[in-house]
Amino acid sequence: MNLLSKPWIWSWSAAALTFVLTIGLTSGRGAGELAYAALSFGAFAAIVGLGQMLVITLGPGNVDLSIPATMTLAATLALKAMASMPGTALLGLMIALAVGLGAGLANYALIFLLRLPPIIATLAASLIYQSLAIWSNRGLRIKPPQELAEFATGRFLSIPNVAWVGLALAVVVWIVLERSVWGRWLLATGQNMRAARLAGVPIEFVRATTYLSVSVFAGLAGYLLASFSGGAALNMGAEYLLMSIAVVVIGGSSIAGGNSNVPGVWGASLFMFLVISMLNSYGAAAGAKNVLTGTIVIAIVIAASTRKGRI
Amino acid sequence: MNALSRYRILLPVVSLAVLLAATFWMQPRAMSYFGLNLLFNLAVPIALATIAQMMIIMVNDIDLSLGAFVSLVACITATYLLDTPALGLAMLVTLILGYAALGAMIHALELPAIVVTLGMSFVWGGLALFILPSPGGASPDWLRTLMTVKPPFAPMAVVASILIAILTHFLIIRSGIGTVLRGVGGNTRSVARAGWSVLKLKACAYGLAGFFGVLAGMALVGLTTSADANIALRYTLLSIAGVILGGGEFVGGKVSPVGAVIGALTLTLAASFLSFLRLSPDWQIGAQGAILILVLTARLIFSRKGGET
Amino acid sequence: MTEYESAPIVTLTGVKKHFGPVRALDGVSLSIARGDCIGLVGHNGAGKSTLVNLINGGLQASEGDIAFDLGDTAMQAGVRSVFQELSLCPNLTMAENLRISHNALKGIHWRRQARREIRASLDEVFPNHGIDADTEVDTLSIAERQMVEIAIAFAPRGTSARLVILDEPTSALDAGIASQLIAHVKRFCAAGGAVVFISHMLGEIFEVANRVTVLKDGHIVAEHPTEDFTRQALVDAMGHVAADDPETAIVAHALGAEVVRTPQGLAARAGEIVGLSGLAGHGQAAALAQLFLSRSSAWRSGTSPDVVFVAGDRQRDGVLPLWSILQNISISVLRQGAKLGLVDTASEARVAADWKARIGIRTDDVQNPILSLSGGNQQKVLFARALASPAPIVVMDDPMRGVDIGTKQDVYAMLRAEAARGRTFLWYSTETEEACQCDRVFVFRNGAISAELTGADITEEKILEASFQMQTAS
Repeated sequence: MNLLSKPWIWSWSAAALTFVLTIGLTSGRGAGELAYAALSFGAFAAIVGLGQMLVITLGPGNVDLSIPATMTLAATLALKAMASMPGTALLGLMIALAVGLGAGLANYALIFLLRLPPIIATLAASLIYQSLAIWSNRGLRIKPPQELAEFATGRFLSIPNVAWVGLALAVVVWIVLERSVWGRWLLATGQNMRAARLAGVPIEFVRATTYLSVSVFAGLAGYLLASFSGGAALNMGAEYLLMSIAVVVIGGSSIAGGNSNVPGVWGASLFMFLVISMLNSYGAAAGAKNVLTGTIVIAIVIAASTRKGRI
Repeated sequence: MNALSRYRILLPVVSLAVLLAATFWMQPRAMSYFGLNLLFNLAVPIALATIAQMMIIMVNDIDLSLGAFVSLVACITATYLLDTPALGLAMLVTLILGYAALGAMIHALELPAIVVTLGMSFVWGGLALFILPSPGGASPDWLRTLMTVKPPFAPMAVVASILIAILTHFLIIRSGIGTVLRGVGGNTRSVARAGWSVLKLKACAYGLAGFFGVLAGMALVGLTTSADANIALRYTLLSIAGVILGGGEFVGGKVSPVGAVIGALTLTLAASFLSFLRLSPDWQIGAQGAILILVLTARLIFSRKGGET
Repeated sequence: MTEYESAPIVTLTGVKKHFGPVRALDGVSLSIARGDCIGLVGHNGAGKSTLVNLINGGLQASEGDIAFDLGDTAMQAGVRSVFQELSLCPNLTMAENLRISHNALKGIHWRRQARREIRASLDEVFPNHGIDADTEVDTLSIAERQMVEIAIAFAPRGTSARLVILDEPTSALDAGIASQLIAHVKRFCAAGGAVVFISHMLGEIFEVANRVTVLKDGHIVAEHPTEDFTRQALVDAMGHVAADDPETAIVAHALGAEVVRTPQGLAARAGEIVGLSGLAGHGQAAALAQLFLSRSSAWRSGTSPDVVFVAGDRQRDGVLPLWSILQNISISVLRQGAKLGLVDTASEARVAADWKARIGIRTDDVQNPILSLSGGNQQKVLFARALASPAPIVVMDDPMRGVDIGTKQDVYAMLRAEAARGRTFLWYSTETEEACQCDRVFVFRNGAISAELTGADITEEKILEASFQMQTAS
């Protein structure tokens, strides 16, 4: 197995290259800050990206469009419950995870009971979650408890705490996909759901747990992001819809399902953040930044597809 | 025509009728030329965007960039098309050709459309910001006049929607080329075997999507009289919902232009409906989601009953 | 037919086709004249599909020359093909499907003309077909779709059909419809058309072909007028060691308690091989799928499944295409030996190696991708997947589709050995010969069981009788 044949190497190389290019501009100053920011913001993208990856692995048509709404709703309700009081961090976490679990259950119920295509089910549900968040938030911005904010912005062994959380989650997901029976079931379901069912794979169990996982991951990401940025905002999840899909694909997972790539998601998450900061430090205008980001995403997809062309 | 394909168009019609009846029941004054005009005010651009999305779904792809694209068109319409019509027109034509090229590229390189269009949404959005960094611009007068014309019997939005539905029905369902395009969604290989260039057909479908996307952006400016770079971002999701609401399916080339237009009208109405309920505007977005779920539940019940008999 | 012999529609000289290192065709010369009906036979991997695709222009030859008498392309020469996999657009109506392959249909009234043409063609090939030109294809049964496809191949479509290649056209058709097709092919050839007829049913070849071409490993190994062949000679030419007579004696063995009984009346006892027979598409596959789904769960998977499934439609129901052979074999037995939910890779490798040897999967390494195997070997992997599981009931949905005789004999022997150990098999087969090997046979007609045959009653005649009884002759 040569290194270049690993699909994740590309997203990591791209991330490293953009890092060097950005640092090059400031001749080495600010490397630490940039790495800190990339790891922190990358962690949020990676957490939702890992969830989205599981869903996309389920096969064509599977994607969760409710991630932003779930993030926002989980963060809003968690911060409201904590009400900035000390010692409530754990309670908030539980609430955020419970919101994620509830959203996942609702999404899956729509998919299973109403036989809706997942895109439509999660889209329709996300509109409702969004309304719920607006209704419960009422435009107030509640600060996270002091110790939680400190945790979310702090570091351990010079790596941001949120990145540790993202890394731990990635390791768990990686082990589950590579080694566990459930992981095999997921990959089989993604290749051919009918064949998997006829081979005895409990496909509905697999689908249910996958949709629950992505929402729980989104709840966790929302909780951490709100704690990190000093409160929940109604549009806080907006960019993570496209981001979560982009990092999965740039990371080398197959959009057709049945094939996933955990390290690639992290590489792609870092890369996506670094591209923006690189363009920022080169003083690009907002429009140019978007155009370049889009072009890079497409270029990477083209590169990845021509490379895979020979299998 | 068998029962199944008839159901596909029946349900969107019934759901629109039910929603409309509920609206009239709660607010009888809406049952007038003026009331209808108000209810369906923004229906035309949404219907056009839904038709654009339908072109892409017809060939088994999905377009996540449509909202950004319509916004970009709106920005061009409110600036270049107003000041230098020739240049503005050239830009719009280029955009349509760009869409066709995008379709060709997606097919030739076997790229996942969902990701490419995702990337394109950044590109269109960026270009729109470039053209119109802050909200502004104005609608060309002829466009404003066209969009606010008052035809006899029924308001502009309704008449235009019916026209769009009829024209696209002939284009996609009745015509030979439309049949072949749907064939691409149904079984690409057999279309290729019969000697068609799937590359050209996909480019054609995307080009049509671009064309209707351009029309949507122009219609939007004609109604709102100004534009901004984010004006139509929600059209991406609305258009997908509209196609599905109208009886379309994500794969297999099963689409219905008439249904798509009706789906778009239903979604437009869903947003206006709440204001009659005197519910807090917090729930406006949620209502669209709820109506989507309701209609699709009805579809499930109908198709189950259809399957039993 | 002598007057046509001077004008071959297509002539192949020294045609070779390579796929990477694989030589699919290695120097084939063949000419097909008007009035010819060529029976093309050979095993899986002999190069039949490649040859067909070269003639109809689907593939380009690596070497050699393909010449047509009219025009430069297969399409101009009036070459049409009906493929083994169905190639209609399911979302379109029959008439619209004709439009796809018929460019001359233009103008506002193309629809009316398309309807007329497809109806005429269907009426001609399959009298009394009862299919409406405005039905969407996905509401038709598989047999009806196959009929539509054949009708489109013979339809005028601007230029008339001159050479029609039929690749296993009868596999989805029942005997009555198949004989209509064979009669039409004879008429078509008598009128100066040409047909290449590929079938694994040698009886059909003998009935319809005037010349038989035998392919083996990319070469034509025999080509003679049909009357010069005997069944035995044909099988020998294909290079088979297997006995001609498939009716090997059934070793009688004691049967256990009844383990299957469905509301429909399907029943089986432990250790029994139960056949499902009857005309294709009369509810056998649905009965088996229902049995499997009702005795397994989409929510739970225990360590000892009750029932396993062997798919016949590999692509749709069986193969997991991204995976290795090993992973494809082990998917149904992962729960065995799993600790803390993690796969026991050592025992997984053991199982795969064991079954590779037992069922004779032709590969160097079970880590190779499943798609590197030929169709027959992929089918063996699916058998291994099912048999490796301890499930007492094995459901098989026409698993010998497209499998060569050698593999079939291997599998028959294995089924008998497993049944002797107490496993129960429910086996749907479209080939009556296979049904005759079972301990008990249920014949299906119109979605219901029309006869239950046991012991000496299991004969081709009785099965046919039960499949046809109430039907009016068509």
